This record gives sequence, C-alpha cells and structure tokens, in this order.
Amino acid sequence: MADVPKPEELAKIDHTPPETPWMETPAVLKDGMWCYGAHPKNLEIVDMPNPREWSPRDEDWKLPDNWKEIVLDGMKDRLGKFRSFKLFMDICVRCGACADKCHYFIGSGDPKNMPVLRAELLRSVYRKNFTLGGKLFKKLAGGRDLTMDVFKEWWYYLFQCSECRRCSVFCPYGIDTAEITIIGRELINLLGCNIDWIQAPVANCYRTGNHLGIQPHAYVSMIEFFCDEIEDVTGVRVNPTFNRKGAEILFITPSGDVFADPGTYTAMGYLILFHYLESMGLDITWSTYASEGGNFGFFTSHEMAKRLNAKMYAEAERLGVKWILGGECGHMWRVVHQYMDTFNGPPDFLEEPVSPITGTKFEHAKSTKMVHICEFTADLIRHNKLKLDPSRNDNLVVTFHDSCNPARAMGFLEEPRYIIKNVCNNFYEMPSNTIREETFCCGSGAGLNAGENLELRMRGGFPRANAVKHVHEKHGVNMLACICAIDRAALPTLMEYWVPEVEVTGVHELVGNALILDGEKKRTTDLRGEPLPGMEDIEDEDL
Amino acid sequence: MSAQKSILYPLVAVLVLILIPVIGVKLGLSYFFAVVVPYAAFVIFFGGILCKIVNWARSPVPFRITTTCGQGKSFDWVKHNKFDNPFTNKQVFVRMVLEVLCFRSLFRNLKMELRDGPKLTYGSAKWLWLGALAFHWSFLIILLRHMRFFAQPVPGFVDMLQSVDGFFELGVPQLFLTDAVIVAALTYLFLRRVVVPQLRYISLPSDYFPLFLLFGLILSGIGMRYFFKVDIIKVKELAMSLVILKPTVPEGIGALFYVHLFMLCVLFAYFPFSKLTHMAGVFLSPTRNLANNSRYKRHVNPWDYPVKVHTYEEYEEEFREKMKEVGLPVEKE
Amino acid sequence: MKIYDGRKIIPGILIAAVIFSFPFWLNFGKAAVPPKPKLPKEVKNCVEPTTFMRTSHMQLLNEWRDIVVRENFRLFAAPDGKEHLMSLQNGCLKCHESKADFCDQCHNYLDVKPYCWDCHLAPKENK
Repeated sequence: MADVPKPEELAKIDHTPPETPWMETPAVLKDGMWCYGAHPKNLEIVDMPNPREWSPRDEDWKLPDNWKEIVLDGMKDRLGKFRSFKLFMDICVRCGACADKCHYFIGSGDPKNMPVLRAELLRSVYRKNFTLGGKLFKKLAGGRDLTMDVFKEWWYYLFQCSECRRCSVFCPYGIDTAEITIIGRELINLLGCNIDWIQAPVANCYRTGNHLGIQPHAYVSMIEFFCDEIEDVTGVRVNPTFNRKGAEILFITPSGDVFADPGTYTAMGYLILFHYLESMGLDITWSTYASEGGNFGFFTSHEMAKRLNAKMYAEAERLGVKWILGGECGHMWRVVHQYMDTFNGPPDFLEEPVSPITGTKFEHAKSTKMVHICEFTADLIRHNKLKLDPSRNDNLVVTFHDSCNPARAMGFLEEPRYIIKNVCNNFYEMPSNTIREETFCCGSGAGLNAGENLELRMRGGFPRANAVKHVHEKHGVNMLACICAIDRAALPTLMEYWVPEVEVTGVHELVGNALILDGEKKRTTDLRGEPLPGMEDIEDEDL
Repeated sequence: MSAQKSILYPLVAVLVLILIPVIGVKLGLSYFFAVVVPYAAFVIFFGGILCKIVNWARSPVPFRITTTCGQGKSFDWVKHNKFDNPFTNKQVFVRMVLEVLCFRSLFRNLKMELRDGPKLTYGSAKWLWLGALAFHWSFLIILLRHMRFFAQPVPGFVDMLQSVDGFFELGVPQLFLTDAVIVAALTYLFLRRVVVPQLRYISLPSDYFPLFLLFGLILSGIGMRYFFKVDIIKVKELAMSLVILKPTVPEGIGALFYVHLFMLCVLFAYFPFSKLTHMAGVFLSPTRNLANNSRYKRHVNPWDYPVKVHTYEEYEEEFREKMKEVGLPVEKE
Repeated sequence: MKIYDGRKIIPGILIAAVIFSFPFWLNFGKAAVPPKPKLPKEVKNCVEPTTFMRTSHMQLLNEWRDIVVRENFRLFAAPDGKEHLMSLQNGCLKCHESKADFCDQCHNYLDVKPYCWDCHLAPKENK
C-alpha cells in the first residue's frame, strides 16, 4: 500500500489538464489510486468468467485471446438492452457542465475524472465501432480502437467513479455517469477483471448472505453482544429474534452495521427502537440468510445485483412476513427503490406496508413493499409515539451528510433531518451546494472502500470533508450523521485525515441515545460508552 | 488530437464547404445547389433523425433510473418537490417542459474554486445556461421568422415575431435582436471551449465543426440582410417552388445566398450523425422522463431472465449444525 | 422489430414531423404566385438600375431621408447623369402611383412592414 501524502500536500491540486491530448495519454496506474484484482476463488464461487491469479500492475492481464471480441459483443448486447447506454453514448455535447461536479476530479485534478471524459473513454470506442461517422472518419469523429491500453484505462477510471450521480443532476440531458460506469464495469467483468474489494463481498454475500461472510451463528452472537452492551448502558435487556416464521415484518440492514464501528452503534439504535415498540405491537424479525441490505453485485453487473438481491424477497416469502423494513444504507436503497421490484418482484406474497404502531399506510411503497427505517421512525415521531430526550445527545453538535443514493435516486432528504431535529438539540447544515441533491460522495462508494486505494478515497472525499470542516470551524460540529453503511465505514477514515475532531454516526444511533425505555436506568453514557456530560453529577445529587 | 488540430480541421472543412457553392454556382450548377442539395439534406435530416429515434426506441428502459433533484413524495406532511422529483406522469411532463424550454438542469450550474486553506467554494455559474438558452431560443425564433419565405400569405405569428424581434427599429432593414444575440451567444460558446483549459481538453473536432457551420450559416444570413443584398423576391420564389414541389430556380440570386443555403443543408444533413441529436435525445433521457415512483408502481424489464441464486435450502444445508447450535430455527432437523 | 414505449415515442415523432414539415403541408396543392408590382408606363428607368433598386431601395430611401431632413438638400444625381428630387411623395410616387399596386406587392409577399407610412401620408387609392 502506498503512503498517502499529508493533507496539506494532497490539497495542492492542479486542475489544469496536461499538454498531451487525452487520447494520446495512456493511463498510468498510480499507487494508492487503484484496488487489487479479483481473487480467482471469488470469481469461481459465483461462476464468473476468467478466474486466474493476476494483478492490475502486471503487463499481462491474462485475458482470453478473443478479449476484444468479447468486449465489443458485450457492448453491442448492452446497447440493445439499455436505452440509457445508447442514448448517453450519442447525445453528449461536451458542454462541460459536469466537469467540476465530480468529487474525484475536484480532489485529484485528473482530467479523466471529469464525468464527460470518463464517459468519452467508452464513447470513443463506441463511435469507432458502432457509428457511421466513427467508422468513416475515425479520429476526426472522436473514435478510437479498443486496445489493451484503452481497456486498462477503462479499468483504472471506472474504478475511480463511485456511481454517485452528482454529475447527472447538472447534465442538461441527464446523462448519468453511474449508468455508464455500471455498464462499463459489466464489460470489465466479462473478462474477470473486477477488483477484489467488490468481488470478495459478492462471493461472501452469495454464500453466507452478507458481504462480510459472517456465518449465521456468528451473526447471532454479534447481535447478542450488542444486546449486552445495550443492557450495560440502559439496564434494559432487548431480545431480538432471528429467522422467525410468522413475524409481521422482516428487518434487513447492511452487514456493516453488525460488524464495524460506528455502524454497530446504529445497529444498537435499531435494537433499542424495536424493543421500545415491542409492547406497542411491533412484531419484527432479523434474518441470517438475508443478512445483507447492501448489494456489491450492483457494482459488478445488473445480473449479479439481481442474484444477490433475490434473497430479500425469498426470505420474506419463506418467513411469511407482511412487509420488509430496511436499515440505513445508501446503494442498498438505490437497489431497493429503483431495481428490486423489477429484478425480483412482484412480491405478491407480501402486503401493503402499514405501520403497526401508527396505522400509517406507506402508500408510496405499496408495490415494492419495503419501507426505509427513517420513514418508519419519522412517522412514529410525527405521531408522538416515541418518548425522546434529545438532551442525551447534547454532547454532540451534529451535521447531516446526505448519502448519494437516497438523495439522488429517491429524494430522501427531509425524513432523516426530521428525525435528527427531534433527537438532537444541536444541528447545523453544511453549505447548500454540498447537501441534498447536490451532496458529495464520501469518496469510497460503489465498492471503492479498500485499503490499497486510500489516496483515491482521501482525494474523492475531500469535497465532503471540506464542507464538514467548514461547519466544524463555524459551529463546532463534532458529529457527522449519515444514513449509509459505506459512509459509516468510510467517513471515519476521511474525517481522521481531513477533520480529525469529527466523528461519524448513523441516525438511529442518535435515536437510540434519545429514546427513553421503560424501566431503564439513568443513562450516564451514550451507546459508545462515552460519559454524558452533566448526567453523572445529577445522579449523585439525586442520591 | 491536439486542441489546435481539433479547431483547425473543422475550420478548414467549413471554409471548403463555403467555397463549394460559390464555385458551383459559377460553373452553372445553381439547380444542383438550389434544388438537389436542399431536398437531399431535408430527406437525410428527416430520415436520419427518424432512424436515430427508432434506433433508441428499439432499446428498452429496463430500470427506472430517475435522477431525483428534490424531496421525493412520501408523507403528507413532508413537502414534495413535484417538478424536480416527479411522482406522476403529469409532474414528469412539467419537469420535461422545464428541461427542454428553460434548461432547468443547466440552471443549477456551479463553479468550483479551490482556495487556500484549503477551502472549496461553489459559486453560481449561470453564464453557460444563459449562453445556451440565448443561442437555442434565438435559433428557434430565426428559424420561425424564415417562414416568411415558405408561406404565402405569411402566417400571423411570423409577423408578430418580426415586430417583437425588431422592436428597437434600429437601422434599415431594422436590426433583429436575435441576430445580434445569436452571434454573441455563439461567440461565447466558441470562446469558452477555446479559453477554458478543461473544455479545450475535452473538445473534439465534432464540437467545433457545428459551431463553425453555424457561424457560416448565421454570418452569411446577416450579411445578406444588412450588407451584401440579394434579391429576396427571387429567394422566396425559389423557396416556394421547393415547398410546392415544383422547383424552379430564378436567375441572379446572389452567391451569398447559395452559401447560406448550403451551410443550412450541410447542418441538416450532418445533424442525425452527430451530437446534435441531443435535440431529440433530451426527450428520451431515462433519468429525466421517468416518474420517481418505482416503489409505488412496478416497472417491468422486458428482457428480464431468471438468474442462478443461492437458495435458503442450500444455505441451511451448509450451515445447519451451526445454526442449531445458536438456536436458530431450521427447516430440516 | 420491436419498439419500446411506442405509445409515447410514435406520437412524439408525428408531432415533430408535422411541425418540421409545416411549410410543405401549409402550401400543399397551392400554386406559388410571385408578386407583380405594377411598373410605370412612360418611365423605364428608375433612379438607379433595377437590380440595385430591387435589393437596396430601402437603404437608398433611408439615406435620402437623412440628407433631406438633416441637411435640407433634395437633389439626387443618378448614375446616368439625370437629377431627381429626393422625395417619397413628390419623387417616387410620381412614377409609382399606387402603393397598393407597387410597394405592397412585394412587401406583403415577404411580410415587410416599412415604417415609411408612419409619417408619410399614404396615397389615396382608387378603389
């Protein structure tokens, strides 16, 4: 792993493009900016092509002899399957509106990270092979041959795109680079050239139900460990159930919440909330088979996304639940909201989701039958069903990071804010051009959250971190809330690098802190075990 | 290809294209340039665009990939941003109207700046929006104004456009605002490509070529109106003969007219094979023209196919003993 | 050949086709009638050659107006050596008697609305 330069060094970014034209500037793999290649066994588990030992650093990527044919045929096939792809190959006018919208371009200054140029990497090959102008006029029409250098360039830059879709907000034709990256990565996967940081979670998820490869017994013990922690903090024992048939609701959250801090505290937040609602009629179960909300298949191919996503409905049907509740996660919700029903629906065996506590019909989810936990909680708060003590989050000055996918694929902007404002007393927004639909990616989305590409992540996360720094300096913000598991995994490193005084939390961790449970003891710490200022003293006085 | 070449090649190409009708008419080929070329260009334009749209339409939209640019529809008490995040087809219609007529997305444009600190700032950057809007609207109005050559009597809307466009009554013939605006807008659109380093870097010959063509088209038009007069009675006679499909070519229309007409024909014929198809494509963009209601209403993928999944049975088979150890219910004991 | 979303795309194409072919169907089956401005019987030559007058009379008249109004000078030396009075009503209209039969012929044909008659009195036409 390459050393990451110091923040002061990294922030010296030159956005002027080089002298040589981009088509004549082959990509040079820079350490710290790329991820290791997929391990053969991880390809084999899911029957993907060309499993072999290889490294992107090697000259020879060990591709089949007819690799060019495979890629071009794959391209042709996808042009026929996706109008988006065909259209986005044709209609870009290179107006440049997207150029400085990409966090990777802002953070790296590499012109091929301008969304327009990232797409041109594919477009040039498209023109040369699939359009009359490109066939006749070749370079003059902006066409070029698919060579090994071009393919490696694709690989390098398609794994420097986190599919965040910020550029698509600004494009006058709505050209969505994520769509181009998704399809470009499909082509790369035809030759077995995925990165292992995506391929390993895919293989794990396929076999064990979650990206981290947690086996069922371990999954259960982790959550039981959380129950112990919760008991320590609150004095109340929560009793989640697993794989329970006949429950009303199936709960699915990204496995990151069960495995790594600070996501684990968010998971505790869920557990506390479910326990609180149990006496009010909530009948919910977790699943070890469908123990992953996230979907790294989505970063591999549409087919793999569908294969992994299938578990959600399958498990819901097996358990006989009425509807599904989903945890806080970004791309999970892109898949659930925009793809799941199409992939694996219609879920006729489920019922239209209704909150058992408030009776609210989640009408906007009546076909997919899956509800976001922030919708669920916001509705509870709106109906005054939760006893909350926001002062238990008074040690925090909170800002909210809109995760790319809920923001730009759902328009899920107000619900999490509504919750935060009800469970915290100190909330400040980041500058308006860095939140909501204009939010910046954490820099590690779409499967780029590896260790070996840390420089890329710190560069890509720079715009987000810089906005956090702004509110940190202005309002003393010390907690960055988000509703995405990749955020919770990636942002702490990013904060440590750029704004070391700020920590990261899920929204439901804040809920867990504020929620007043029946029979709980006086809370002297938050869920992280950190003392709540003032609370200890009060306890002493009471004695 | 270097930036210089990317500019030079299309420039030379357009200059050659300007010379072709000039020489052609001198050689007595006025019928070819006044009749054959325009009809051919028209057919290529229509046929080409039609093929392009049909070609796009032959690929389905398998997934509902709306880009949402505002609060989505959820609870009654959450204010729904209807036009940046449409839920119904009517709302989509409004979104598309705003996009096509007002360039809504371009209006959001920002300019990023990296300052010492380091500090990133995002300033409003409406010039591109303004330039693009000015160019497209001027072009449309100019095109409509030209209907005075293609209809007899001239339709009322043309008269209205002319009087609004010539509102200031400057000069004789009176100056049309759109003529001035389109030259300014086009100049801006050209200059930003040349001056802004990133734009120069991404620009292809096929970005400059239509710009130069448009310059040729517009400057020859302006030249005819204000400086190098041609006999527009004869121009209209030709135009009318073309639209009633009985082409006759009046003698003695100035050569500049043939340049103007040829530029237009080249532009039309080039249209379907170029990025200019964004005119039709913008209507088909799936991130804009779909309602964000995919959890409310199921979207069907026409080429959906069954995939291999890892079933619960296979999963339990592998982990049954471990599941039993921690008390997880199993299907088979 | 399968077309997707044809129910939206095909009407869209038709609407666009109708709009773009507007000049064709608007004039369908009509004959094009070129304008026939009525020329003076006695006088054969105008102040400048006909080709020039056809394309540039508006600029000439504009110059005349400026000279007359600003410099109070009314004589125009034509290229053929003759002198003419620079005047719309007492010059041009002496030969071109009828606005309707002469000016309006081409002006209406091309939808040109000169502002001559904002100030000048239009000649009374014999109906």
